[in-house]
Amino acid sequence: MLQDQDRIFTNLYGEHDWRLAGARARGDWDGTKALLGMGRGWIINEMKASGLRGRGGAGFPTGLKWSFMPKTETDRPHYLVVNADEGEPGTCKDRDMMRFDPHKLVEGCLLASFAMSAHACYIYIRGEFYTEASNLQVAIDEAYEAGLIGKNACGSGWDFELYLHRGAGAYICGEETALIESLEGKKGQPRLKPPFPAGVGLYGCPTTVNNVESIAVAPTILRRGASWFAGLGRPNNTGTKVFCISGHVNRPCNVEEEMGIPLKELIDKHCGGVIGGWDNVQGIIPGGSSVPCLPKDICDNILMDFDSLRDVKSGLGTAAVMVMDQSVDIIAAITRLSAFYKHESCGQCTPCREGTGWLYRVMKRMVSGEASLEEIDMLEEVSYQIEGHTICALGDAAAWPVQGLIRHYRPQMEKRIKDYRDGKVSRAA
Amino acid sequence: MPKLTIDGIEIEVDPGVTILQAAEKAGSEIPRFCYHERLSIAGNCRMCLVDVEKSPKPVASCAMPVVEGMVVHTKSEKAVKARNGVMEFLLINHPLDCPICDQGGECDLQDQALAFGHDRGRYGEQKRAVKDKYMGPIVSTIMTRCIHCTRCVRFVEEIGGVAEIGATGRGEDTEITTYLEESLKSELSGNVVDLCPVGALTNKPYAFTARSWELRKTETVDVMDAVGSNVRVDTRGREVMRILPRLNESVNEEWLADKSRNACDGLKYQRLDQPYVRRDGKLEPAEWDDAFGAIAEAIDGVSGDMLAALVGDMVDSESTLALKDLMRALGSVNTDCRQDGAVLDPEVRASYLFNTTISGIEEADAILLIGTNPRKEAPILNARIRKRFVAGGVKIGVIGQADDLTYSYDHISDTADALTKIADGSHPFAQVLKDAEYPMLVLGMGALTRSDGKAILAASHAITESTGMVLGNWNGFNVLHTAASRVGALDLGFVPGEGGRDTRAILDGAASGDIKVVYLLGADEIDTSKLRDTFVIYQGHHGDAGAHVADVILPGAAYTEKNGTYVNTEGRTQLGHRAIFPPGDAREDWSIVRALSERLGKTLPYDNIEQVREKLREANPGFEHIDDIVPAVWENFGVAGSIDSTGFTYPVLNYYQTDPISRASKTMAQCTQEFVLGKTEKATGTHG
Repeated sequence: MLQDQDRIFTNLYGEHDWRLAGARARGDWDGTKALLGMGRGWIINEMKASGLRGRGGAGFPTGLKWSFMPKTETDRPHYLVVNADEGEPGTCKDRDMMRFDPHKLVEGCLLASFAMSAHACYIYIRGEFYTEASNLQVAIDEAYEAGLIGKNACGSGWDFELYLHRGAGAYICGEETALIESLEGKKGQPRLKPPFPAGVGLYGCPTTVNNVESIAVAPTILRRGASWFAGLGRPNNTGTKVFCISGHVNRPCNVEEEMGIPLKELIDKHCGGVIGGWDNVQGIIPGGSSVPCLPKDICDNILMDFDSLRDVKSGLGTAAVMVMDQSVDIIAAITRLSAFYKHESCGQCTPCREGTGWLYRVMKRMVSGEASLEEIDMLEEVSYQIEGHTICALGDAAAWPVQGLIRHYRPQMEKRIKDYRDGKVSRAA
Repeated sequence: MPKLTIDGIEIEVDPGVTILQAAEKAGSEIPRFCYHERLSIAGNCRMCLVDVEKSPKPVASCAMPVVEGMVVHTKSEKAVKARNGVMEFLLINHPLDCPICDQGGECDLQDQALAFGHDRGRYGEQKRAVKDKYMGPIVSTIMTRCIHCTRCVRFVEEIGGVAEIGATGRGEDTEITTYLEESLKSELSGNVVDLCPVGALTNKPYAFTARSWELRKTETVDVMDAVGSNVRVDTRGREVMRILPRLNESVNEEWLADKSRNACDGLKYQRLDQPYVRRDGKLEPAEWDDAFGAIAEAIDGVSGDMLAALVGDMVDSESTLALKDLMRALGSVNTDCRQDGAVLDPEVRASYLFNTTISGIEEADAILLIGTNPRKEAPILNARIRKRFVAGGVKIGVIGQADDLTYSYDHISDTADALTKIADGSHPFAQVLKDAEYPMLVLGMGALTRSDGKAILAASHAITESTGMVLGNWNGFNVLHTAASRVGALDLGFVPGEGGRDTRAILDGAASGDIKVVYLLGADEIDTSKLRDTFVIYQGHHGDAGAHVADVILPGAAYTEKNGTYVNTEGRTQLGHRAIFPPGDAREDWSIVRALSERLGKTLPYDNIEQVREKLREANPGFEHIDDIVPAVWENFGVAGSIDSTGFTYPVLNYYQTDPISRASKTMAQCTQEFVLGKTEKATGTHG
């Protein structure tokens, strides 16, 4: 279990002052100039050595990502874009970071931008986050006023501008290239890759897009050293992570924990356990709506990190843990997710545009059981027909929950169909 | 040059080439819907997925550049499975209405479904239905069929230069529509029909009239403007059903302007299908012999200087030559092909050609447009200028009334006198032209039909010289014609002979009684009120302005009904081919002149079209080079003089009605209502 002294987000619950004075008291903006003075190479190497993997869901090593930016700036400026369009169902970590600890993000933006030779950084925040945007803007203004950012940021000689941009509430705008399109004022639709944003990104210039958490943890990692961060968690899955636990637990919460903490321990220690006890678990979605749901027998021993969850064909994703007990109609729950992906598909490419609707419609029938047994196989096949064939990962995200359902809950689905056939389930169910 | 292996074949391709292009080179055809080589890459249909070794997911080959050592499989199980999946998705919401779909038989989706689809569907849910959108008189929509490839969106934005089509909504509710469901305001709108890989956008006037496999296809050239777009005329029986573009990289690429495509219904109306003779002030049907007799009677005793002939805008070179030969045989030198009165100099070929050539526009880095609105006078050529503009690094200046040309430009002046300032270097655009490596200017008929046209020609010549527009193989001096017949007729010298009268003098002479007989060969764009007291012979295919004042009408053939040679504004000689026979008693034009000459006792020395063409080549060796351009020699032309400080009047004010065919066309009348007069057809509620 994470020791208090190893916590990065010390105001995750908003108990203290979130403004500059409070942030400074918690150690933010301490020696930032000196960190900048260590130079770009040092920052990127530290980030690499820390083993930090992107906190937005895909888990791509952050230091490596930063190193993909061109080493020298040409006539095309570099940009850092912070993805604060937190829209993954079940996820609410960035929201509290921005609400209660915005200066961590602002400082991270400066350090990361400096490391990538970017003089400008855009934070693209979800439109629905009113208080978060408002607090973040106050933090940005405070930082400008205090000379921490702006011309000659922190007295380092580095000019740095930070802009906050509010989105309009499309889930797809959380996809990095769709976010860039949206930021440019266009319809939020993902771009083809290659070219990758590090080569051709915002306004056609080299751009890195990072999740809020990845950026917000950077200052602390640099201050305390890569080896400190790397010493937490397991190899290749280092550091701390903010988990968002919701669903059928006694006390749903956001909590910062060490990577690799056992799922059961996480829930028992921080959430007061599952309602009705651990044995009442029907299934847990470990990383946000996109990743496949896991049944209780896997949840018993699973560790919460990228590699362990990947090994059981799920994922850490955004670390949004959604607990469902025996009272849940798991088929209906996953159908709701299918409805979400159908609604949020941008409609650009065929498999996702057509496939998400197909999945949803079949799933809807699966809920009532108004289907045939063969259709379960067809459903699975259709989901594999979407997965990996689309421009962005939304297609995968729509397919995975359905695949997880079929993988682990097939007997329930079959029973539902048989019950319907035997007249045990009403059509309206 | 990267080397890669595609389906076991190792090939070397240029860097930056996509897998799809490389596969084409290696002989592996990859299916696609959204990819089009002239549009930006969208990569959204996912039909072109291929299997690339070391890549965990299948890769969209249209968007992925090749990498050294890549190993690509287009027919592996993974690739085929991915494509089958995409095909299934495309079909789940596509209606199975092929039997009533105009695209049937020439549909990409149909063809590829046959190759990659299942034999039955697994989709048992409700299918999507989408409300049809109004896109104007040319494009018909059945939006339920749309597969969202966005080719139409990209075409109007990138090539057409009007961002009027877009996608609204998202996910499966995405719909392609025009802005506020208004008609598509582009002279190139018909091309979206060709681009649409399914039957979502179809040819409105052609709707439900024929199936593609019933049509006989004839390759020919278009005469609706002076571009000479290469077209394919599709006919059934004796009817032209539709006209489609034909690929010619040097002329129209694969596009076609709306008038050239959709004025073809005009070929069915107002046709002259038998000779007429005016008796007691009334035109009455007659036999050929009567008509010729009436002409012989009228000409009898009339001296050559009282005879005159004008050639219209759509006449083939063979007929032009025959008429010239006849007029000269009758002793008349009063002949002119410039019915708009343009002061084109027939002596210097370079002075009346688009010397840069249409494809040459792509090299230019500075363009000066003088008295021309190419968007209306030659939409296809305008699209080339836009293509150059989009590529970047070109400066465009306009002297003349400002209009939306689909690209941005420096509006130098409304009035013609700005030319003088550019010629003497006092206007900054002169420096732009001087600094350019490949500068060019385009002189429109709006500039050359003015009374100071010769001075404008001279000033343009001066600009050409002073800014170094003629250098080596580059000639930046261009005239943009509006008449398909014009360059050919100038090449044949269908202009006043020694002491002869030009168009204006002929008409004035007719009004004053000095000219007794006028022969109009398809000439309708003149002030016919001056011909009231003259004996008028009208030879042509439509009952238009010329026929109304005629004393004798000789029914000719329209361009789809005869073999003929046309020289486009670049000086490119192209052959038109007969797609159908002319209606009724109408005949090919050169043969009418030939028959008349015999009756008048001046028999012309040719009995078939080959013999006429022999004479064409004798008259001007340029006619030997079919589909080719003989560069013209740069010489002096124009007469220096003062230029009025007045604005230009562009020759084409209503793009949709410029000639007898388009004036007879219902479709073009609808376009005029909609786009020129601005009377949009509004939905009525019971409208459907």
